[in-house]
Amino acid sequence: MKNFKLVIALVIVASIYSCNDKKTRQAQYMPDMYESIPYKTDGAKGLGGNPVNRKPVDGTLPRGGTPAYDIANTIEGYDQAKATLISPLEKNEKNLDNGKKMYAIYCISCHGKKGDGNGYLSTSEKFAGIPNYKDRDITEGSIYHVLIHGKGVMGSHSGQLTYKERWQIIQYVEVLRADLLK
Amino acid sequence: MKSVALQSKLTTVLLKSLTILLFFAFSVSSYSQDMDENRQKEGRKLFRSLCASCHKLDKKLVGPALGGVEERRENSWLKSWIKNNAEFQKVNAEAAEASLYATTAMNAFPQLTDKNIDDILYYTTVGEIKKVPAPGETSIGGNVVSDGGAPSWVIYFLAGAIVVAFLMIAGLLKQVNELKGKKKPEIQSNLRRDLQELWAGLKKNTFLKVLGTIFALLMGAYIVFGMLFSVGVDQGYQPIQPIAFSHKIHSGENKIDCQYCHSSAKHSKHSGIPSVNVCMNCHMAIAEVAEGTEIEWNGQIYGKERLDREIAKVYDAAGWDPEELEYTGEEKPVKWVRIHNLPDLVYYNHAQHVTVGGIKCQKCHGPVEEMDEMYQYSPLTMGWCINCHRETNVDLKGNEYYAKIHDQLAKQYGVEKVTIAQLGGLECGKCHY
Repeated sequence: MKNFKLVIALVIVASIYSCNDKKTRQAQYMPDMYESIPYKTDGAKGLGGNPVNRKPVDGTLPRGGTPAYDIANTIEGYDQAKATLISPLEKNEKNLDNGKKMYAIYCISCHGKKGDGNGYLSTSEKFAGIPNYKDRDITEGSIYHVLIHGKGVMGSHSGQLTYKERWQIIQYVEVLRADLLK
Repeated sequence: MKSVALQSKLTTVLLKSLTILLFFAFSVSSYSQDMDENRQKEGRKLFRSLCASCHKLDKKLVGPALGGVEERRENSWLKSWIKNNAEFQKVNAEAAEASLYATTAMNAFPQLTDKNIDDILYYTTVGEIKKVPAPGETSIGGNVVSDGGAPSWVIYFLAGAIVVAFLMIAGLLKQVNELKGKKKPEIQSNLRRDLQELWAGLKKNTFLKVLGTIFALLMGAYIVFGMLFSVGVDQGYQPIQPIAFSHKIHSGENKIDCQYCHSSAKHSKHSGIPSVNVCMNCHMAIAEVAEGTEIEWNGQIYGKERLDREIAKVYDAAGWDPEELEYTGEEKPVKWVRIHNLPDLVYYNHAQHVTVGGIKCQKCHGPVEEMDEMYQYSPLTMGWCINCHRETNVDLKGNEYYAKIHDQLAKQYGVEKVTIAQLGGLECGKCHY
C-alpha cells in the first residue's frame, strides 16, 4: 500500500516534469498531422534518401522564370557581362522602391546606406576593405555578374533574390553611385 | 598614538604601491618596438580600406597573404603592380605569371601615391602593434583584486563561521532547556493525532464531505483540462540544435536583417532554413568569432574556442577547406531541428503575412534578436491566430486592386479601418481546407 502511494506520487511528479521539459515536444494528438507522409521542404530525406532541398538539374527553368545566367565566373566572363549585359527593367519609381527595400535587406550590412562601403559590419570592423561604389568602374552588367557569382570575399546572392529583384537592386545601386559621384 | 602609527603605515603602503604603478606605467609606455607608429597607422588604414577585401597578412584570402611581401618582391615591382597591374602584365613576364593566382583580376589603384604604397608595404612588413604585456603586469592585476574586494575564500570562511555559531547556540539552548527540566516537545505525534481527529470529524460532517468532494472534482478537472490543452502546444520548445548558432550575435549584435538568411519568407509559404551557401557569404572570410564572444547554450557558456569549432562545423557541411580556401565538393546537410511546426490541417503562408501584410517577424517569433538559443515564443494555437486577426487592421493604402471592396466593407461595418476578421479572416475555409 505504501509503495503504491509512492508510485503514484512519482508518476505525477514525472508527468509534470516531462510537461515542463522544453527540449522535447508536448504530446501530440494524431501525430501524423504533424509528421506527415509528404516530403517537407527542408526534409533531410526525400526521393532516393537524398535531402529534399537540392540544386535543380542543370538547365532547369523555373515556372515563369528566366533562362539561367550562363556567363562563366572568370575574368573574361566579368568583362563580357560588363560590356554586354543590359537591364530588362524599365527605370521607374516602383522598381526603384523595391530595389531600395531589397538593398536594405541584402546589401546594406556591408555596403552601407549610401553605398560608400561603411555598412555596420564594416564600421564595427567585422569586414574590411569594402569598396566605395564611386571608386569602382561598374556597369549594370558587371553588378549583375557580381551579384550572381560574387567577387572576392563577397559571395553569390543569386539564391536569395529573384531575377526581377536583382535588376531592381542594380537600378538602386546605380542611383546611389550617381549620388556618390556628384 | 596607535592610530597615528597605523596612519603612517597606510601612507607608506599607498606611496609604495603608487611608485610601483608609476614604474609599470612608464615601462609600458616606454616599451619601444623600433616602429614608426604613424606610418604603421597610415598603412593599416589604407590596407584595411583598399586591400583587405582580398588580402590578409597571415593567411591566403582571395589573393595571397601579404605579410612580409617585400622580402619576396622588389619594391619597384610592387609599386608598378599595385598602381595598374593590367598594364604592368604587358611588359613584365613575372607579373603576367602572378596574375594567374586567382580567378578574379586585382583592381588597379592609380589614386595611390608612392608614399601611400610605401606606407602600406611598411604595414605588411611590421604588422599589427603587438600589445606585449609588460613583465609584472599580472602581479599588478593580482594586487588590484586583493585591494578592491574580499577574495571568495574569505566569504566562504565567514559563512562557515556563522553556521557553526548558530549550531553552537542551538546546542546551548537545548542544554539549558534540559537542565530546566523541560521535556522535548513531541511535535510529530501531536501532529498525527491532530490529523486523525480532523479526519474523523470530517467523516461525520456530511456538509464538509460534499464540499470536499466538489473541491476535489473541480481541482481534478482543472488539472486534466490543463494537461489536455497543452497537447500539441509547443510554446517554449527549445530543442538542441546541431550547431550552436546564436541569433543574438547575428541579428542582434551584427544587425543582419532576418530576411537576409530567411529569404524565402517574402515569396513563399515557408520561411525556409537558409542553405549553407548563405552562411558562407560571410563566413568565407570570418573563420573565428571576435575575442571575448560568449553565448549561453543549453545551460552552458560557450566561449571563443568552442564557437570557433561551431564555425568549423559550417565549413564541414559546405565542404570548404579553410586552409586552402576552396570547396572540396564533399557536402553534408546540417540537420537542424525544426521548432515551429503547424499540423497539416492548417494552411499558413509567410509571404502573405511578411510581404502583403508587412508584419514584423518579431510579432510571432518574439525577440529573436535577443535569443542565443532559439525557442518557440508564441503558442501557435488557433485562438492565438484568431486574436491577431481580430485586432489587426488591413492597410488600405496603395492597394488599388482591392480598393473597391475595402471601401464597401468599410461602409458596411461603418468603420474607417477594416480588420482582417471583417475581411473574412475568421472564415474556416481561409485556413482549413
